[in-house]
Amino acid sequence: MSLLRRRKPSDSDKKRPTVPVPVQDSEADSTKGANNASSVPVPNSVRRAKARCSCFDSCCWWIGFVCSTWWFLLFLYNAMPASFPQYVTEAITGPLPDPPGVKLLKEGLRAKHPVVFVPGIVTGGLELWEGHQCAEGLFRKRLWGGTFGEVYKRPLCWVEHMSLDNETGLDPPGVRVRPVSGLVAADYFIPGYFVWAVLIANLARIGYEEKTMYMAAYDWRISFQNTEVRDQSLSRIKSNIELMVATNGGKKVVVIPHSMGVLYFLHFMKWVEAPSPMGGGGGPDWCAKHIKAVMNIGGPFLGVPKAVTGLFSAEAKDVAVARAIAPDVLDFDILGLQTLRHVMRMTRTWDATMSMIPKGGDTIWGGLEWAPEDGYECSNGQKKQQKNGNSDSHKGKGNKTNTGVNRPRVHYGRIVSFGKDVAEVPSSVIERLDFQDAKKGNAMADSNASCQDVWTEYHELGSIGRKAVADYKVYTAGSVLDLLQFIAPKMMRRGSAHFSYGIADYLDDPKYGHYKYWSNPLETKLPNAPEMEIFSLYGVGVPTERAYVYKRASSAECSIPFQIDTSAEGGPDNPCLKGGVYLSDGDETVPVLSAGFMCARGWRGKTRFNPTGMKTFVREYSHSPPSNLLEGRGSQSGAHVDIMGNFALIEDIIRVAAGATGEEIGGDQVFSEVFKWSEKIKLKL
Amino acid sequence: MSELRKRKPSSTNTPSSSAPKPPVPPPIPSDSDSIVSESEPVPVPASKQKTKPPKSDKTQETSGAKKWSCVDSCCWLIGIICSVWWVLLFSYNAMPPSIPQFVTEAISGPMPDPPGVKLQKEGLKAKHPVVFVPGIVTGGLELWEGHQCAEGLFRKRLWGGTFGEVYKRPLCWVEHMSMDNETGLDPPGVRVRPVTGLVAADYFAPGYFVWAVLIANLARIGYEEKNMYMAAYDWRISFQNTEVRDQTLSRIKSNIELMVSTNGGKKVVVIPHSMGVLYFLHFMKWVEAPAPMGGGGGPDWCAKHIKALINIGGPFLGVPKAVAGLFSAEAKDVAVARSIAPGVLDSDFLGQTTLRHVMRMTRTWDATMSLIPKGGDTIWGGLDWSPEEGSVCPPDKEEYSNGINYGRMISFGKDIAEAPATEIDQIDFRDAEKGNNIAHSNGSCGDTWTEYHEMGWRGIKAVADYNVYTTGSLVDLLSFVAPKMMQRGSAHYSYGIADDLDDPKYQHYKYWSNPLETKLPNAPEMEIFSLYGVGLPTERAYVYKLAQSAECYIPFQIDTSVNNGTCLKDGVYLVNGDETVPVLSAGFMCAKGWNGKTRFNPAGIKTYIREYVHAPPSNLLEGRGTQSGAHVDIMGNFALIEDVVRIAAGATGDEIGGNQVHTDILKWSERIKLKL
Repeated sequence: MSLLRRRKPSDSDKKRPTVPVPVQDSEADSTKGANNASSVPVPNSVRRAKARCSCFDSCCWWIGFVCSTWWFLLFLYNAMPASFPQYVTEAITGPLPDPPGVKLLKEGLRAKHPVVFVPGIVTGGLELWEGHQCAEGLFRKRLWGGTFGEVYKRPLCWVEHMSLDNETGLDPPGVRVRPVSGLVAADYFIPGYFVWAVLIANLARIGYEEKTMYMAAYDWRISFQNTEVRDQSLSRIKSNIELMVATNGGKKVVVIPHSMGVLYFLHFMKWVEAPSPMGGGGGPDWCAKHIKAVMNIGGPFLGVPKAVTGLFSAEAKDVAVARAIAPDVLDFDILGLQTLRHVMRMTRTWDATMSMIPKGGDTIWGGLEWAPEDGYECSNGQKKQQKNGNSDSHKGKGNKTNTGVNRPRVHYGRIVSFGKDVAEVPSSVIERLDFQDAKKGNAMADSNASCQDVWTEYHELGSIGRKAVADYKVYTAGSVLDLLQFIAPKMMRRGSAHFSYGIADYLDDPKYGHYKYWSNPLETKLPNAPEMEIFSLYGVGVPTERAYVYKRASSAECSIPFQIDTSAEGGPDNPCLKGGVYLSDGDETVPVLSAGFMCARGWRGKTRFNPTGMKTFVREYSHSPPSNLLEGRGSQSGAHVDIMGNFALIEDIIRVAAGATGEEIGGDQVFSEVFKWSEKIKLKL
Repeated sequence: MSELRKRKPSSTNTPSSSAPKPPVPPPIPSDSDSIVSESEPVPVPASKQKTKPPKSDKTQETSGAKKWSCVDSCCWLIGIICSVWWVLLFSYNAMPPSIPQFVTEAISGPMPDPPGVKLQKEGLKAKHPVVFVPGIVTGGLELWEGHQCAEGLFRKRLWGGTFGEVYKRPLCWVEHMSMDNETGLDPPGVRVRPVTGLVAADYFAPGYFVWAVLIANLARIGYEEKNMYMAAYDWRISFQNTEVRDQTLSRIKSNIELMVSTNGGKKVVVIPHSMGVLYFLHFMKWVEAPAPMGGGGGPDWCAKHIKALINIGGPFLGVPKAVAGLFSAEAKDVAVARSIAPGVLDSDFLGQTTLRHVMRMTRTWDATMSLIPKGGDTIWGGLDWSPEEGSVCPPDKEEYSNGINYGRMISFGKDIAEAPATEIDQIDFRDAEKGNNIAHSNGSCGDTWTEYHEMGWRGIKAVADYNVYTTGSLVDLLSFVAPKMMQRGSAHYSYGIADDLDDPKYQHYKYWSNPLETKLPNAPEMEIFSLYGVGLPTERAYVYKLAQSAECYIPFQIDTSVNNGTCLKDGVYLVNGDETVPVLSAGFMCAKGWNGKTRFNPAGIKTYIREYVHAPPSNLLEGRGTQSGAHVDIMGNFALIEDVVRIAAGATGDEIGGNQVHTDILKWSERIKLKL
């Protein structure tokens, strides 16, 4: 970094001597160094020598000057008392509130229940344990997380090592990339970009330390059950929770999963009580004995629409799920389209991404004609008012006033539509041609040769297959699965062995003993732990991707044949459509529906998914952006990852960790219409 | 770091800026006088004006001097240096990584394959999970809660890593690294905790490996984090306190059980290093003892979970260095710390105050007391005999230590060290009245308080009058000079030899880390190895003197003026060993104390001794060498790594070649009259 910054002047200087400088100019140059009088005649050769020399000299002078200044500032910066930046910030923005840890320490709260963090996708670090020739010297260095230095230094080598085997979903031969363990695995994603660090620091204030905090790091690329098969990650989590409970006088743990970690922990809770060898053999009351509360942060219980586009077209605007969760880091635009396909090939080998495909089909996400969120208005400007209006009226039923008849309806149920017009017309008008029986093939023959090393399954699809996909026109959550099956059969074959996306009719069916159902809340029962509490904490008030308008890409040769039609804009009439994406309420990644439905309705009270009737709480945190740059990512953010630094959320977590129950911290706290939307979903409970 | 390095040129060129000036002014032959007149008003540094008059006819020189004032040429020089630096840095980064190796091979011949690669080719695969138990000093410690002065250091390393804070705020650092003088636990408001995971002790400071080489070689045959566990613990506090405060022993137990069960029931191979050896002895007793004092694992826990115990450089019977460290915190050897990590703690430039701060700090570290020599005169020799007498003093292979009384661990004066036992007058110090305080000293030395101040000069004199201390009387000596410390220590450690091992008192945890007061677990299939380096001079006994000005100082110091061949250097009697642990301490238990069925080893666990002769690196490019026998550097010894990897992959002690002895350890062990 600093090297880069400093070298810049020298680069620009290098150019100067190579350009043959006319005499006049050189004089002008030299007058800058000193007020030289150019009127005096001087022999040409001498002048040139002088010009070159002084130019070189002034370059050096300039570099030296910059460096000295730089060092001086650096020195001042280092000599500056640590409290100085805070002082400046306070002078500008007024006194900062105490961080929640300090505040609660003053209230007398002390560490009580051990806590377990379950990081989400992308945020955990991965390091190299064995690699090919090209990765020499990277032993036990981070390939994922940290500075990502290697991505730029040797991108192909990096992709090769980060990819998994396309058949097994496990390591390719000769490569072992393993999750970093310990709190360092996910405290910071990259230097300065916190994930868990703020929460850890606040918990430490009231007395937590490493013996009472455990980071359940796992390899987030491979399927949940494979983390156990390959790394025994689930066994590790079980053993560590048991240890922490035993060494803390039998106090149960508070589990804090984030993002995909929510699904991972659902899987864990089923795994640990299932008999071995498929499960952990902990017995039917393991969760009741060891877990006090599960505090899900931004949990995509029912999947995220983003996962579909990520798998479908690896849109550059949103490179798989990765880019959405860690914006800016993965912006590969500079590397061009080639990279995009590499990235697609890589992310498609990551089984875990398939855990986030929307679950529950049309019942949950809406069909051609309806969606739970119907009537939601998403103009950014009015959002605040809108929300107030809604929260006032949402108890008093029949709040449909806002659904203006003259406005184009947003069909959120149509997760993928080909063309804006298709997305908007009534369903009766749409002509769909079934694609599932369409013959693949007519492969663009010779293309294999040229595209070989960036191979994606689209090549097997051929032009007929592509046309068939586009001709089906509209895909709802139910048919999106068939779509993915059609365009990426290998991936979905692996995926269907590990994940399931349906709704169980009869939960006692013995087939639900298989691990592929464990991470789907609609196909499993919660454990038999009546004292346990489940929280769903998530941010609201940030536009979140919910459905997409697609088009066929024009040059189909070697590139991905579908892409989001970024020209589709809703305009003032329909602010929900932006750049080909229909937006709804959420935390920028997970729509409210996915994060809130289970705790708001699916598990509320005694239902068939929650047979013991354990208590559930929905707590929403309304997003407000940082008021100025000095605040960094803000202490009131509701965005998917930034919410980990939200003071209100941290305070809730600490209170629960210190012993409070859901009722004591205030029960539900709702800003969105999640309850109303949940009512619209006709799910047998 | 890079900042530091880069700044150097800038600081050096400020004084010398006048020297490189000549090349700077561009030679402009016939510039007009008008320029000069124009330039005259420009203020010029005095030094430059002096040089001007002689050159006044050469006008272009003057104009140059004017254009390139002192500041300008500084900048110019810095610019040049920076540019060159960047170019070099760039080419260094652009250099393929194989070049350094290529150069090394060109100079020193082809390098042997690292043992991991070699054994991988032989077809060895990861089999038994391994557990590393780091020693004293090598494990990292980080801050979890601190005082005001430590703001911003949350979860930063106070120990290990770059040690940046030691230099930035030394007093704050000492305050946080010290333990409470009464309890041996954290002082109020401070929580410093061990780093966990492999990173805890893979490198001590950047570039100074401890376990990293071994880890890398194990990884070659398939090990990864799921079957390697670093049993990191807070090496400052007593062994039992690591369980009381951090539940470290429970953690180790739980992790070993987890690794055994997730690896198809394959038992673990434990690899303790240095003080970790004693820590793991403690663990093995703890885990089988009933709760609440023990871990409640049952009497066959070790038999079920441990395949082999590979002790590296283990100070089974303590190290003489610990005595010198606790007694006088010699600057030449600041406690044990400095010897294990040379160079890092060389705080000479901070002066004597630092030394006392360090002493005060290290004295609160209970774990250092686990290293006090055990077994008394029976093991270490008395006034007129010692097991090692007449041995070779390395590195010299010819000189023999005939007539040297290694048994006299501390002697006051060289003549006393050499006199026959009958001629020494020993005036008992134990009853000597302390006091006659160096009265007003408390005021000036307040914040650097050590217990010497309570002793007063009478106590100090009494100590010196006893003249000679053997190992047996050392504990009394330390109790006399540092009663508070030893009071804590005696609650956690014991240094004797058990007469009757079945005495119920030996169930107390303070005996668990002393191999002479415990039985090995009932695990006949387990194997115990002792691997250590030999061929390096190792401290064994000391010649002391009274320090001159006793006001605020430590009143005793090693008499560095005493020399006699290779066996006596700077007041220290040397013997064969690995620079820290004498052969006797590392080898005796496996050579004799536990060999076969003895009362210390009732199950007849097999023991092996494997010595590695030290060979210094042949040139600088080799770094710390692949054949080193030094206490920490041996962790990079290829032969040792190969042995460890073979055992981890399933070999037994006999299969890797049984004993491998280069010293007279077996002969020396015979001289020790210990009931077995």
